Amino acid sequence: MIRDITLGQYYPVKSVLHQMDPRTKLFGTMVFIISLFLADGLCAYAAATAFLVLAIRLSRVPFSFMVRGLKTIFFLLLISVSFNLFLTDGEVLAQLWFLKITREGLRMAFFMALRLIYLVIGSSVMTLTTTPNELTDGLEKGLGFLKAVKVPVHEISMMMSIALRFIPILVEETDKIMKAQMARGADFESGNLIQKAKSMVPLLVPLFISAFRRATDLAMAMEARCYRGGEGRTKMKPLHYERRDRLAYLFFALYLAAMAAARIWRLP
Amino acid sequence: MSIRAEHLTHIYGQGTAFEQYALKDVNFEIPDGQFVGLIGHTGSGKSTLIQHLNGLLKPTSGTIYYNGEDIHGEGFSLKRLRGKVGLVFQYPEHQLFETDVFADVCFGPRNLGFTEKEVWERAKEALELVGMDRKYWEQSPFELSGGQKRRVAIAGVLAMGPEVLILDEPTAGLDPRGRDEILDKIRDLHDRKGMTILLVSHSMEDIARYADRLMVMNHGEKVFDGTPREVFEHYRELEAMGLAAPQVTYLTHALKEHGVPIDEELTTVEEARDAIVRLLKPEQAGSTGRQA
Amino acid sequence: MVPHGAAPVREGVFPQEDGFEIMGIIKASRLIFDYIRRDEEENIQEVDRAIDNLNVDIQKGSFVAILGHNGSGKSTFAKQINGILTPTEGTVWVSGMNTADENAIWEIRKKAGMVFQNPDNQIIGNVVEEDVGFGPENIGVPTEDIWKRVDESLEAVGMTAYRYQSPNKLSGGQKQRVAIAGVMAMKPECIVLDEPTAMLDPNGRKEVIRTVRELNRKEGITVLLITHYMEEVVSADRVIVMDDGKIVMDGTPRQIFSRVEELKSYSLDVPQVTELAYELRRSGLEIPEGILSQQELLDCLLPLFAEKFPGKITLDAKQ
Repeated sequence: MIRDITLGQYYPVKSVLHQMDPRTKLFGTMVFIISLFLADGLCAYAAATAFLVLAIRLSRVPFSFMVRGLKTIFFLLLISVSFNLFLTDGEVLAQLWFLKITREGLRMAFFMALRLIYLVIGSSVMTLTTTPNELTDGLEKGLGFLKAVKVPVHEISMMMSIALRFIPILVEETDKIMKAQMARGADFESGNLIQKAKSMVPLLVPLFISAFRRATDLAMAMEARCYRGGEGRTKMKPLHYERRDRLAYLFFALYLAAMAAARIWRLP
Repeated sequence: MSIRAEHLTHIYGQGTAFEQYALKDVNFEIPDGQFVGLIGHTGSGKSTLIQHLNGLLKPTSGTIYYNGEDIHGEGFSLKRLRGKVGLVFQYPEHQLFETDVFADVCFGPRNLGFTEKEVWERAKEALELVGMDRKYWEQSPFELSGGQKRRVAIAGVLAMGPEVLILDEPTAGLDPRGRDEILDKIRDLHDRKGMTILLVSHSMEDIARYADRLMVMNHGEKVFDGTPREVFEHYRELEAMGLAAPQVTYLTHALKEHGVPIDEELTTVEEARDAIVRLLKPEQAGSTGRQA
Repeated sequence: MVPHGAAPVREGVFPQEDGFEIMGIIKASRLIFDYIRRDEEENIQEVDRAIDNLNVDIQKGSFVAILGHNGSGKSTFAKQINGILTPTEGTVWVSGMNTADENAIWEIRKKAGMVFQNPDNQIIGNVVEEDVGFGPENIGVPTEDIWKRVDESLEAVGMTAYRYQSPNKLSGGQKQRVAIAGVMAMKPECIVLDEPTAMLDPNGRKEVIRTVRELNRKEGITVLLITHYMEEVVSADRVIVMDDGKIVMDGTPRQIFSRVEELKSYSLDVPQVTELAYELRRSGLEIPEGILSQQELLDCLLPLFAEKFPGKITLDAKQ
């Protein structure tokens, strides 16, 4: 169950992408997402595909691993495709009772699906090549300018990093609690909405208590290891840009420019 | 009355790259009233196995029979089964949720659909069985000590009126006093109520002291099944699996290797003491009853 | 037997004698600690004395085990050592620093590292090596040195092969070794382990104890191991038994284990061989007190058997 969640799961190999600065990767992902919303037409999607294929190849993460993340959005994908497919007006290609498939609808559905799939795979490339710690480091440093307006950037990134570490632990714990209550005849499935909500109490109370306990333990462990906020901390893996990052930024700029151009001049 | 497993196999993540045999063709029958110990290191499949016995997990292949009925057969109520085959998990913190001890113990029988009066009676009886003093009944279960929490957790399952009680490492994290209290209570349930017990444990010493029969799991397979003495004879194989037989077993084997005429397999301190005294001071044997 | 209740020390004064330190790395003097429960209006509702006038002095480089059942005060004492809790009365010194001195607290925590019971609740990093680097990062060690410390610490606990892994994929014993490495990376003089094996299976327990033992021998780290498993204390230099917030027994493992009845009265177990030796002795056999290992008991028993069954027993090591 937990194993299906690719988002936020690091894939440990050594590659150019793995070594790249997380800020570069964050920025690159942002550029890619913007470009997907700019894209409108075959040329643009071809360019986006090329970008994605390049990133995947550079990451050295098996393709099958990235596709696994798509499972979680399968229904979203199905819904958006059918909406676009059946509800777009235009030249009718086929009609089935009140549902009609139009040429425009087909096109829209196809690109919409592509956009969603690329979005998920694109962000998976980032999370698979970046450890959650690097990611939060990247965010901390990338958003460091917010400290000036009293946003606790370090604390937020530390929180995210700890949350990431404890998600799998708590998921597993939920599973255990559920089984322990089922062994006492609890039923989490049947009944109406109110009954279902009520049946969650025996699950949520132990889960919360355990989470609080873990939080107190962790706070004590962190203090015992001399943690006292972001002041005066050094970094084991400090962020600094290298040649490959500068090259990447240059590439992002060109790519974004090309995508914008394709949009402005309405390339097919 | 029995639990029988036939060709039980469970595969996690079948068809994925993570495919893993958790259980491989496991067969056994536990007759009514037996006290069975189940041992194996972490990941040996013992937790997966016990979750099959009350239908929390469904076997990939193979069948489990409770009193001769296939528990995944048509018309068999898993909920009723869970009332009959009670499973107490390792950490009591995973099941306690009510504001007071008594209410928590009521949860199980209420789920089984008993009338409120019956629920109360059962909860009362269960709490008395595990030896929880009345003064704790209205306390929050979270304020109790580790050993007391564990007793409440066991009471919560006992209140459903099980014929079989399965306990997953009920003594983990307890100190020796808490451990002895829990194990003695379990033995009590077995002796006085005639309950069938399946006790999962890491401690060979505990199993040797309490169980009539011992099953050993390794890599998802049942590798040994017999009386503790029979199983401990394979102490070398057990050690290769990362399990150690009780220290006394090693000692008696070493004595035998040096030519000491000990015939039987000894597993507890009392047995070893009696056997050694019998050999070295035959005139005294029998008069060395253990003083409390 | 080490006498406790050493010479009284004036509070806050660093005790010296002819210019030499006379105290060990950890010293507690007339230590009292109360857990105080208050109601909503901050009125004291209940006072629970967890440590009751404790005096102890622990030598640098020694391996000391503290035994006691749950609620005996042993964990509370552990938390005094690196200032997670501070004394209600009395004083605790770590490397000559008073734990009640707020200015010294971070220095004390560097010197006395702590490993806790639940391995999951003390690992912060999402990758093993990043977790080991967490401590040094906090105390401002320069990046290059952090890497050196992480490499060395992982090597010392034998976890180098797992450095790029997620802690969630490790076994309990491995997680505890990562936690120990995390402490080692702070270059402590002393490690306090608060029931590090209580949640582990027998394999994990052995793994952790072996690691700690080795750190003590090779790196000269002072180890304070808090546990209720007797097998783990057999190899300690000194065993302290606590009950009801007080030290009730203090000595070498052999001295302690020769007092089986007394240990049982404090709800503690003795290893099977020790108990068997004790029972045999009570049955009138000539067996010395304080047997710790199977080999020792064997060496005592074989001559007795040889006398009884002449010619049948081989006394030398097995073939």
